[in-house]
Amino acid sequence: MSLAVELRDVSFAYHGGPPVLEGVDLAVGLGEFVAIAGPNGGGKTTLLRVVLGLEQPTSGSASLFCEPAARCSRRSAIAYLAQRAQAGGEAPVTVREVVSAGRLAAGPLFGQLRRSDRVIVDEAIARVGLTASAARPLRTLSGGMQQRAFIAKALAAKPELLVLDEPTTGVDAASQESLAELLAELHGELGVTILYVSHEFGAVEKFVQRVVLVRGGIVFDGAPHELPGLWHDPSHSHA
Amino acid sequence: MLDLEFMRLAFAVGAIVGVLAPAVGFFLVQRRQSLVGDGIGHVAFAGVAAGYLLHISPVLTALVASVLGAVAIELLRTRGRAAGDQALAIVFYTGIALGVVLVSSAGALNVNLFQYLFGSILTVTRGDLVLVAALGGVALIALAASYRALVSVTLDEEAARVQGLPVAALNVLVAIMAATTVALSMRIVGILLVAALMVLPVIAAGRVAWSMFSTLVIAVGIGLVSVLVGLTTSYYADLPPGGTIVLFAAGSFLLCSVVDAVRRRS
Ligand SMILES: Nc1ncnc2c1ncn2[C@@H]1O[C@H](COP(=O)(O)OP(=O)(O)OP(=O)(O)O)[C@@H](O)[C@H]1O
Ligand SMILES: [Mg+2]
Repeated sequence: MSLAVELRDVSFAYHGGPPVLEGVDLAVGLGEFVAIAGPNGGGKTTLLRVVLGLEQPTSGSASLFCEPAARCSRRSAIAYLAQRAQAGGEAPVTVREVVSAGRLAAGPLFGQLRRSDRVIVDEAIARVGLTASAARPLRTLSGGMQQRAFIAKALAAKPELLVLDEPTTGVDAASQESLAELLAELHGELGVTILYVSHEFGAVEKFVQRVVLVRGGIVFDGAPHELPGLWHDPSHSHA
Repeated sequence: MLDLEFMRLAFAVGAIVGVLAPAVGFFLVQRRQSLVGDGIGHVAFAGVAAGYLLHISPVLTALVASVLGAVAIELLRTRGRAAGDQALAIVFYTGIALGVVLVSSAGALNVNLFQYLFGSILTVTRGDLVLVAALGGVALIALAASYRALVSVTLDEEAARVQGLPVAALNVLVAIMAATTVALSMRIVGILLVAALMVLPVIAAGRVAWSMFSTLVIAVGIGLVSVLVGLTTSYYADLPPGGTIVLFAAGSFLLCSVVDAVRRRS
């Protein structure tokens, strides 16, 4: 099986700080749907950042699509939704503008967005149920609706690897449910590899094949039903 | 007024600058780097002084100095572990100090230095117009072509990096365009006021705009109108052009704020 993500004996500490991750081995095959859970401060976000090549491991190695993560040549195939994503900039930015930015790496980098890309952008907006608000400035939407716009931005990239860091924070139950179904669809029909960090992954539990618990390292890696009872609430910080 | 050759030149250069300055300033304001233009302006001052000293066109030397200063600010910000405003401060003060030293060794403290500091409509030459049109045209085309990529970096630099956009190169591109704008605008609005024309129209536009793109378009409109009205006023009322233009730009901020306030009420 070809690997989308591979970490080998990765340790990581933020500049001069204590170790955040130690001895992490993780291999995610193309087309896998992996949920990542663990307590606050456990290192989930850090793990994703190392995977994406945004942070260099202190020791060990990180690869993306079998290339060193920091120098991966297939970046346009990756979409990343950061935890608590926010639109930078001072000007009012519309939902459609945010989502179009997600389409950038796939379409032409310079010049106009192609018609086919605009269709994809509109589809992504429809997927998250924001069609009626597409022209509205983001700052006039509720927090949950903004979060859905960022999800649409990630979807618009039509990624092969989709990395979502707590995408459903502030998103209501119905939208969580529809996001879960959407992810299952992307995974099932298009074979998209998905890394999904969440505390409340109840909604995706029935779709994921694999759960990884992160707490300074990987403390569990297996099928959801194998989870020790103790961990059934994955936000649990108990050892 | 337009029978006069120097006024025609001033209007032509002014129109280009009026479009270019807010268009480039747009990206600086979005990145919360509104004062970068000012920092570059101070480095441009050192460039002007060097021009006097070496007896070459101060616009050219200012252009070179601005580009170096702008790239230095960008590198200090991204590589040098200096916070944005610290990088700016380092370059800002080095520029002005160097300028003062160079100017006095060129014995130019008395001459027409004033026109570079505050702008002048009497001194725009045909050569200036050619330079401004050529470089301004290139900068505008580069800006239009990279608009979407620049917006993407502005919205989320990290997501753009993950997607493989050349983020560092795009940031340097903005820095170089800002430097070019400063050097080109210098003749009309002057080193001390050039940054205002890059920033005020954008802030004003942000009050009334409804999207990123509309902010840019409105800002360019405000910039252009401020320059044209400002030049006309400065001609008839015999006022310094730079100050007059910037006052109109500042007035547009007031106007947009009022429009915004009225709209919110209703
Ligand atoms: N930029 C940073 N600089 C220094 N330390 C950091 C930084 N970001 C995170 N840390 C530290 O690294 C550890 C892991 O943080 P991380 O954000 O990866 O946890 P997490 O599992 O994503 O938590 P949460 O559930 O709250 O999102 C924490 O102890 C945190 O204090
Ligand atoms: Mg986190």
